[in-house]
Amino acid sequence: MSTATARIALVGNPNSGKTALFNALTGSHQKVANYAGVTVEKKEGTITTASGRTVSVLDLPGTYSLRARSPDEAVTRDAILGQLKGETPPDVVVCVADATNLRLVLRLILELRQVGRPMVLALNMFDIAQRQGLRIDLEGLARDIGAPIVTTVATRKRGIEDLVAQIEAKVEALAATGALESANTWHEPSPAEIRQAHAEAQRLMKAHVRPAERPDTLTGKIDGVLLHPVAGLAILLSLLFVMFQAVFAWAGPLMDGIEGGIGALGGLVATVLPDGLLQSLIVDGLIAGVGSVLVFLPQILILFLFIILLEDFGYMARAAFLMDRIMGGAGLHGRAFIPLLSSFACAIPGVMATRVIDSKRDRLTTIMVAPLMTCSARIPVYTLIIAAFIPNETVWGFASLQGLVMFGLYVAGITSALAISFIARRLFWRGQVEPFLMELPTYKMPDAKSVLRNLWQRAAIFMNRAGRIILPLMVLIWVLSTFPYPPEGATGPAIDYSFAGQLGHLIHPLFAPIGFNWQMTVALIPGMAAREVAVGALGTVYAVANAEEQVGTLAGALSADWSLAMGLAFLTWYVFAPQCAPTLAVVKRETNSWLWPTVMFAYMITLAYLAAMGVYHGAVALGWG
Amino acid sequence: MDDSYPHPTPAPAQALAPGEVRLSQARVGDRGVIGAVGAPDAQGRGGLDAQELERRLLELGFVEGASLEVIHEGAIGHDPIAVRLDDMRVALRRKDAVDIVLRLTPEAAQ
Ligand SMILES: Nc1nc2c(ncn2[C@@H]2O[C@H](COP(=O)(O)OP(=O)(O)O)[C@@H](O)[C@H]2O)c(=O)[nH]1
Ligand SMILES: [Mg+2]
Repeated sequence: MSTATARIALVGNPNSGKTALFNALTGSHQKVANYAGVTVEKKEGTITTASGRTVSVLDLPGTYSLRARSPDEAVTRDAILGQLKGETPPDVVVCVADATNLRLVLRLILELRQVGRPMVLALNMFDIAQRQGLRIDLEGLARDIGAPIVTTVATRKRGIEDLVAQIEAKVEALAATGALESANTWHEPSPAEIRQAHAEAQRLMKAHVRPAERPDTLTGKIDGVLLHPVAGLAILLSLLFVMFQAVFAWAGPLMDGIEGGIGALGGLVATVLPDGLLQSLIVDGLIAGVGSVLVFLPQILILFLFIILLEDFGYMARAAFLMDRIMGGAGLHGRAFIPLLSSFACAIPGVMATRVIDSKRDRLTTIMVAPLMTCSARIPVYTLIIAAFIPNETVWGFASLQGLVMFGLYVAGITSALAISFIARRLFWRGQVEPFLMELPTYKMPDAKSVLRNLWQRAAIFMNRAGRIILPLMVLIWVLSTFPYPPEGATGPAIDYSFAGQLGHLIHPLFAPIGFNWQMTVALIPGMAAREVAVGALGTVYAVANAEEQVGTLAGALSADWSLAMGLAFLTWYVFAPQCAPTLAVVKRETNSWLWPTVMFAYMITLAYLAAMGVYHGAVALGWG
Repeated sequence: MDDSYPHPTPAPAQALAPGEVRLSQARVGDRGVIGAVGAPDAQGRGGLDAQELERRLLELGFVEGASLEVIHEGAIGHDPIAVRLDDMRVALRRKDAVDIVLRLTPEAAQ
């Protein structure tokens, strides 16, 4: 028998090295997808054993218990119990343990035993265990837990062959008997049962593990600095500063290069294809659409690189610790810090990163406020309006007024996000505060190869998801702004006669109270594809060709046509408005419901409208009308 | 508080014995052994029922007999705290640590 591929799953506590082991086992034979119906990433790969058998490997999210608390942990439980939609249970469970931190995983192992699936224990980080002089009686422990033990060093691919051999032996035994080792008797443990399991784990530790002769002292020393109430926060802020500097300064040349490349490609295609509809669709719709996604890739890669490095080093849990009180004051969870940070590049990876938050309510609040963080797509809009209306002056002897306004817009985004989550917590979710319980892992030097692999995978997921949403939207918006054609002898810009133009004129009365002219409302419609598209759209309505490169010319046209009050109202609108259909689409995907994107759209547009109205009328009252 | 309330789990002593401190009140440097984990009076606290919080604490290793030392605390309101719990480190808010009773080792108890 055994024609069907055998399936194994890697389970273990967070940070035990599951992903590193998964990479060591499967090499480049892996793919990242989504579980059906849930938005948890599914990492699957294959190995070919010495005897030529193919085994598929699943990397499951880390957990301390089969009793799930977050969507991630629910996937682990369902996968192990074979309750996952469209998946069969794994033939063999490989439990991955950090050899230097065995107590909690021993309790998890006892839970896994109840499930009755054949199991192999990979005792990972064995290099560190040996360095610390930790003595583990492997034979005795294996006998007591009823599963073979293989020591591994995932990052250096040590012990992998042994592990595969043990897995294969289990697969063969299962194929030969066709029966599981025991029946599934797992149920959610009660507190008393958890205590009992701890006592049993403690007994196993006493019997088979001798305490480390040279326990790790480095983590304690580093924590003394990084978790220091004052120095720790200062270091965190400096890290953020460097990160932003990198995201915005280092990415600049790359982004210019990509923009140039996309422009050149568009130009090339335009010379090859005859003028007309097809050329316009390909150049203005598809190539520009792909370009609008691609151009953010350098920033997102740099941001992800920082996040992955800090995660692998073990710092992210510390950042959550340091930020918890500040975030908690606004009703957010300490872990919301990372998704909100990502949202400064783009809300899409930010919303995707909220999966690390256990509680559904905390996760939803974070998703709801993530788009208020100033994403990089707002920067071209801000730059244009600031160049048009804010004089290039120096104030207080050193600060640039334009820079100060830009900074103010960032602060407005952050404070409104904190205020909104505070209000949501007070109004809707009163008293519902999830506990903040988090292991602080030992510090480790990040492994270059796994960092790069991880970076590549995350970038691919972002491109895939954003591309799939943004491309069709770009085509839709191209259709709206192209058809119908202007009539013969028309004098105004072509977009004025299109559906987008008509729609802009139609909704203009709604926007008159906040000071917008019809050119502004027309630009808002294509601007739904991505915020920065509004710059190009304003260029189109003001007949400035190549507006993205000719910011100066366009800014001149705007300052001639708009009052300062109008410019400020437009800026304010862009701080709050849900001017990004892809974000709404991603929220729909991540929450699996139309409710939340609708709520997001409604509250953001209300906020934008009221704020822009206040700013407009305030500015008019000051004589800036 | 109502003493006739049925306690589903081992309850922490209502009044702490000498040398005992609730983890929510512990200071950096306090160390000892966990005397009790349980939340008989925490029904509905923090949106979780008491048993759920207790189970989460237990699953993360806060179990009677485990050794514990408070090693760090946050800048604002001394919250959250980081503790060394047996061989690992865990961060938690003081609010969630009310139901953990720490039995201080003699030299640490003043
Ligand atoms: N020294 C050492 N480090 C390891 C080993 N396995 C994993 N790591 C590191 O431990 C950290 C956590 O590993 P990861 O695979 O992300 O853990 P996961 O959370 O279980 O998926 C990473 O920084 C790895 O590079 C090992 O066997 N030895
Ligand atoms: Mg992992």
